[in-house]
Amino acid sequence: MYTSIDPSTTKKDTMLLTAFTLVVLTMPLWLAPLGAGYPDLLQKFAIFGIFAVGYNILFGLTGYLSFGHAAFLGVGSYTAVWTFKLLSMNAIPAVILAMIFAGIFAAVIGFFSLRRTGIYFSILTLAFAQMSYNMAYSVLTPITNGETGLRVLQEDPRVLDKLFGVEAQGSPVSSIFGIQMSGYSGFYFCAVMLIIGFYISLKIFRSPFGMKLQAIKSNQTRMEYTGYNPKPYLLTAFVISGMYAGLAGSLMAVTDPLAGAERMQWTASGEVILMTILGGVGTLFGPLLGAGIIKYFENIFSAFNEASLHEVFAFLPDWLENIVVTLTHPFVGEGWHLTLGVLFMLVIIFLPGGIMEGGRRIQAKFSKKAATAKE
Amino acid sequence: MADNVLHIEGVNKTFGGLQALGDINLNIEEGKTHAIIGPNGAGKSTLLNVCIGRLFPDSGTVNFDGKNITGKQPHEINQMGMVRVFQTPEIFPELSLLQNLMIPAFAKRDGAFKLNIFKSLRNEKAIEEEATKILWDFGMADQRNNHAGSLSRGDKRRLELGMCLIQHPRLLLLDEPTAGMARHDTNRTIELLKEIKETGMTKIIIEHDMHVVFSLADHISVLAQGRIIVDGLPEEIKGHPKVREAYLGNAEI
Repeated sequence: MYTSIDPSTTKKDTMLLTAFTLVVLTMPLWLAPLGAGYPDLLQKFAIFGIFAVGYNILFGLTGYLSFGHAAFLGVGSYTAVWTFKLLSMNAIPAVILAMIFAGIFAAVIGFFSLRRTGIYFSILTLAFAQMSYNMAYSVLTPITNGETGLRVLQEDPRVLDKLFGVEAQGSPVSSIFGIQMSGYSGFYFCAVMLIIGFYISLKIFRSPFGMKLQAIKSNQTRMEYTGYNPKPYLLTAFVISGMYAGLAGSLMAVTDPLAGAERMQWTASGEVILMTILGGVGTLFGPLLGAGIIKYFENIFSAFNEASLHEVFAFLPDWLENIVVTLTHPFVGEGWHLTLGVLFMLVIIFLPGGIMEGGRRIQAKFSKKAATAKE
Repeated sequence: MADNVLHIEGVNKTFGGLQALGDINLNIEEGKTHAIIGPNGAGKSTLLNVCIGRLFPDSGTVNFDGKNITGKQPHEINQMGMVRVFQTPEIFPELSLLQNLMIPAFAKRDGAFKLNIFKSLRNEKAIEEEATKILWDFGMADQRNNHAGSLSRGDKRRLELGMCLIQHPRLLLLDEPTAGMARHDTNRTIELLKEIKETGMTKIIIEHDMHVVFSLADHISVLAQGRIIVDGLPEEIKGHPKVREAYLGNAEI
């Protein structure tokens, strides 16, 4: 599996970014027929898209598999909620502070974890993240509000809001200059963040820095004997991807001003790894696809039950309908994990480069056909 | 001795109970090709590893360009101008040939760490041209966008040599540059190394193939059981009784 920087042109990249912007902003339209056009899920697509794009900068470019990125997601959420409580319900300071704090946290964890490579690095990040998770539940309760989760309250100080005379009515909702960050406006805010995040990731992929990261993944020994100190490169990549996770975490809090410790659990780190691998490690779009597919399955397939299956297969003769429903039933509803598991196994076995590799293979076949047709 | 590029003084290295290097003293003169030969397990690769910073000596010092480099990191030593071609090719198999050459060129220009995140590779024309020129010189320009992992073993080694040359090193270390190569490839590599020699680059070369050694070396040190047993000009080494003894009389000298 090769992951390399395509020899593309500035024009191509501009087109790519324009197309991406259009596709993201029109998501409510084209996802509606698929049953996924509602704001809650759209927000999740964008937020987990950001998480996966950032994770890919570390895992995709350097090959360092972190099992601890959920910790940065959690730090982002907590920071955002605290900003809401202390400063302002405006989403912008929350997002900025969340990224800064997640970045600092990532720098500390990265500094220690990056002393080791391979599996030991993964275990160290996992240990740090689980430690953070357990601390959020126990000793850090004054900051995290433990099991109940951190919430925004009517009587919070909100110094900046008071200063400018903004008064929250009822239960406070985050906003940007009066536009409430829930529903579609919440989605569009996340979407804009996703587009900016994707743009930065594209820049990194196309920069000398990105190429050096790929070289570290390819042969770290050679890098050292070529005059590079890999440590600061790896730490930078780790901090950048931690900041993406912090951004994603803060957006979760922006769209729903609440932060709980479960966001820091290792399963959340596992999820972003699955997204990246499913879509295609080290590709620009793969992680986004993976995030979209997993969130779609989680929300759409899990909503299916026996009755809705009967509706779907109503066109079949009764006896066949019953058989088909019995066979497909374990794969939907509570069993959506089974579908995801099967899909994941199929991708890993037949398309180790993820769904993006599938796309490339199809493209290669078509261009071959076109070439033979020309002859 | 100002014109000594490398000056090794009293270097010892033991692994467990085995003495890999014993009291090594060696001077590498500016512009010379210095060959280190010796039977298997004589400590040749250990000596290179000590020079390049992969191993630290138990005692003794390594001076490079008049500076003590004992205990320095490999990347620091590289930045000072010492580069190495490995016995098994160390390249970036997943990157293209062009990128394989651009990486060391960036190292030369940017140093050990530079945060050029928002610069585009497309604006790095000077580096790209430099890399392309090496590919032309090595006859690999038509493969510039291929992945380096798809090259033959001989081509991988030549690519690695190119990666070292693009940095214009002060001292080039070659660890058996022709090992495992077909005769035809060996001759090609000798020609290449002769051309490099004409540029006046200082080199240390470890080699088993006496044909290669005697076509290139200005000076030869013979290593056996971790010690330098003979040190001299090629004519002096040829037929030296101690050298014959070290090779158990099997060498084709």
